[in-house]
Amino acid sequence: MKKRKFGLVLSSVLAASAILGACGAKDDKDKENDNASTGDKNTEEAFSIAMVTDVGGVDDKSFNQSAWEGVQAYGKEHGLSKGNGGFDYLQSKTDADYDTNLNLLLRRDFNLVFGIGFMMADAIEAIASENPDNHFALIDAEVEADNVVNVLFKEQEGAFLAGVAAAKMSKSGKIGFVGGVDIPVINRFHAGFVEGAKAVNPDIEIQVKYTGAFDKADLGKITANSMYSSGVDIIFHAAGATGNGVFSEAKERKAKEPNANVWVIGVDADQYEEGKIDDKTNVTLTSMLKGVNAAVVDISNKAKNGDFPGGTTLTYGLAEDGVKLADSRGAIPEDVQAVIDEYKEKIASGEIVVPEKVEK
Amino acid sequence: MSNRVINILVPIISIIIGLIVGAIVMVVSGYDPVQGYIALWTGIFGDSYSIGNTIRQITPYLLAGLAVAFAFRTGLFNIGVEGQLILGWLAAAWVGYAFELPKIIHLPLALLAAAAAGAFWAFIAGFLKAKFKVHEVIATIMLNYTALYIANAVIKKLSDGSFKTERIHETASLRSPFLRELTDNSSLHYGIIVAIIMVVVMWFILEKTTRGYELKAVGLNQHAAEYSGMSVNKNIILAMTISGMFAGLGGAMEALGTFQNASIKAGFTGIGFDGIAVALLGANTPLGVVFGASLFGSLKYGALNMPNAAGIPEEIVSIIIALIIFFVASGYIIRVGLQKLKKKKEGQ
Repeated sequence: MKKRKFGLVLSSVLAASAILGACGAKDDKDKENDNASTGDKNTEEAFSIAMVTDVGGVDDKSFNQSAWEGVQAYGKEHGLSKGNGGFDYLQSKTDADYDTNLNLLLRRDFNLVFGIGFMMADAIEAIASENPDNHFALIDAEVEADNVVNVLFKEQEGAFLAGVAAAKMSKSGKIGFVGGVDIPVINRFHAGFVEGAKAVNPDIEIQVKYTGAFDKADLGKITANSMYSSGVDIIFHAAGATGNGVFSEAKERKAKEPNANVWVIGVDADQYEEGKIDDKTNVTLTSMLKGVNAAVVDISNKAKNGDFPGGTTLTYGLAEDGVKLADSRGAIPEDVQAVIDEYKEKIASGEIVVPEKVEK
Repeated sequence: MSNRVINILVPIISIIIGLIVGAIVMVVSGYDPVQGYIALWTGIFGDSYSIGNTIRQITPYLLAGLAVAFAFRTGLFNIGVEGQLILGWLAAAWVGYAFELPKIIHLPLALLAAAAAGAFWAFIAGFLKAKFKVHEVIATIMLNYTALYIANAVIKKLSDGSFKTERIHETASLRSPFLRELTDNSSLHYGIIVAIIMVVVMWFILEKTTRGYELKAVGLNQHAAEYSGMSVNKNIILAMTISGMFAGLGGAMEALGTFQNASIKAGFTGIGFDGIAVALLGANTPLGVVFGASLFGSLKYGALNMPNAAGIPEEIVSIIIALIIFFVASGYIIRVGLQKLKKKKEGQ
């Protein structure tokens, strides 16, 4: 009896170590970074920054990841390393973690703390008022506090161009939009996409589905499946990690039928890699870039130089290069690209004003 | 070995085994287990802020655990704690912001609303079981989904298309400036007192009332209970309703304490499902639930500090926490095994 129990324990330990051995390589790299940070102590003047992700996590291949890239880019620019006095991130697993994570970072004396995502608004507001001497930046939402800078994007402008691209490239005359949670930020993507598609093809059929989640790839896959099955050939997703399911569905279809006209338009970051099947085939038509990374670097540098724009809201649109379409790497032919560029000019100059909400 | 020695030894040994296996996992994946556990410890007990937040995290687990345990004791498997909790959350938040009343009426009213909402949702499952023999596991699982999406739709409606309700009024809040100051601005709130009272309430109902005796009897043997003149159907409905009441109050803790509003949820909170583990860890007794919830809450909260202070990635932290809980749960199995072994010896 005793022997058997011991065997059970042993085998579970072995199983665990076998599974974990696989992650060892990557983690070691992280660890080296940590060691580096303790190795060369940063100078006193180093302006350190950190961020708290929302529930999507730092590797969501879009929004949070883009912010983290911005944080890393800032760190590289100023020779900082991961850890105290440099830069770092904490991930939130539930809404209840925002408050704690923000506080944990404050206790490690980071000079500027970013809250990524509209869901963080309440937590930032509460903590900013409790810590009036600390500086915060909030992405995608607005709170009123002198020590918080709010960052908003005109997603509708970038999504408009995505709509133009989709409507021009669609052969079936049916395109789709897969949204995350039905909230103002995602509504802006939705509205811009519809507006842009209708601008170049008033008769186009647009299927819209909000999955209600940013972290459920399976839902994204199911939704994409039903859309593609009903004749949709291009899907634009604004659903964070849920959108990864849209990509996997599109890739499966494309792999099965190499000549099929199946495309995905990515969001937030350049999702070209996500759509890759092999060296020649890729289902990513383009991606609507949201310059979270650029905004993070911009604000961090401003704060470092002593002019932290606290109490204000910075809005990044097409004109400010805050949103744009990624390089399509040849997927979009030149004549279509010309149309897109034309609309881009019109929006940037203010000739076309893209609505933030979908007309119902 | 006497019973008492076993009772004390088994949980201690199983926690130690859990910690050791967790340490092995950390070593294998290239992290320092000593640093990791120091981070876990300081994450739970490090300062008044951590302690405050740990207690805050334990509070909803306590009530979710009670809900599951109560149903278990009466022979019912309430998987629907999650849904009942979500509706309780919504009801408490709504009463919290829609009415303007003095605190002495407002706060109890909000708590009552949450309890009623949870109770009603569980009542449906109890009713279906009693009248139509619909298995409560299926009914409650399905009711979880309906609760989640109903709550989301109602919140959207109430807030004019936004994703969260207005903030509740101060008069309905369980938070207090005193507790915040005491714990260095943690989100500790008075909900823990409500939860502790409910622990006593559950103990009282089960151990000190005739109704409680009947409920337990139905749980132990339905046919015997029926033979001795108890109404099985009535007791099933009542048991589910009381269980749902605890769950609804768990939701009120989040609405009136931690979050101060109700927001649209992309998925389940997980508290209700963790409540099943909490109840099982605590052997379905009120005091056991306190132990289970404390363990669960502390580990969950303290784990947040492991990536922060020791640089251990979250995925590995989740594995370690799961391992510790796993071994504590197995400890219970070992205990049962040991006791059976002992009984056999005595019988010979």
